[in-house]
Amino acid sequence: MGLEAKLQQDSFFTTTFDAIISWARKSSVWPMPMGISCCAIEMMAVGDPKYDIARFGSEVMRFTPRQSDLMIVAGTVTYKMSHVVKKIYDQMPEPKWVIAMGACTSSGGMYRSYSVVQGIDQFLPVDVYLAGCPPRPDNLLNALIQIQEKIGRTKARDFQNLPNPELLKN
Amino acid sequence: MEFKDKILEKLNSNFPSLHVETTDFRGDFCIKFSADKVVEVCNLLKHDSELQFVLCEDITAIDWATSKNRFTMVYHLFSLENKFRLRLKVDIDESISAVDTVSSVWRTANWQEREVYDMYGITFNNHPDLRRMYMPEEFEYHPLRKEFPVMGIPGSLPLPKK
Repeated sequence: MGLEAKLQQDSFFTTTFDAIISWARKSSVWPMPMGISCCAIEMMAVGDPKYDIARFGSEVMRFTPRQSDLMIVAGTVTYKMSHVVKKIYDQMPEPKWVIAMGACTSSGGMYRSYSVVQGIDQFLPVDVYLAGCPPRPDNLLNALIQIQEKIGRTKARDFQNLPNPELLKN
Repeated sequence: MEFKDKILEKLNSNFPSLHVETTDFRGDFCIKFSADKVVEVCNLLKHDSELQFVLCEDITAIDWATSKNRFTMVYHLFSLENKFRLRLKVDIDESISAVDTVSSVWRTANWQEREVYDMYGITFNNHPDLRRMYMPEEFEYHPLRKEFPVMGIPGSLPLPKK
């Protein structure tokens, strides 16, 4: 009451710690472009001026997992590739999110065959599944907005878990 | 003389005992002969000054799912000099499931034969490096064989732990 009125006079405002941290997190989601096949072309289109992912604070495509928060798995994941995808995912620092972009990634898509993983949720925790073959760029933006809404619902303390001890062994 | 006849004449004069079957369907000329002569015939087709089939475009196989002549090896050749495309076919029994390598003739055959080995389990005698091309090395099956189910064999390809 008294404090708030005093601070507002001096161009300050009060908020909760959780709100400001999740606001910062969701406004600067740095994607790891895991472009494996044709969906990656649409993912590139998202970065261009027409669709412009920079409007949502995610223009910083990091080609190293160590600097990214969001993995966009764009393309057909084969069994052979699944180990690579998982390894890169494990290298991303917490907190991290995953978009399964397109039909192949979400469910194997039209590749109903022995070599293709029938959905990456068999080995990765997926936050948003994205329909389409390939999905349009605005659809990917929609997925990003959904991720942002999800991040907005989290609290800072949700991610205080320590690194997986299994991973430290290697 | 047509170019097809020239090929057959060269084959006849160099290999008098070789039994050659030909088909000519919509401009696709195809020669079928016995598997034991494949390297000699390929050498002739490539190195003869008039034929010059220098380009081995593709090597593949067919699984007929029969015990006799189960597999057919298929070689797609192209002569840049004569602008002529030629297909060779060779039958292989299931009990043998092997054929001599032509990687000594065309170096590109090395990888193409590895692909055939990976997918069909046909082995290539004297091949310099017969490893799998696509599937993981510890994989036990050959996916393009007719007995292999389309969705694969559960558990044969490991996934990472969640």
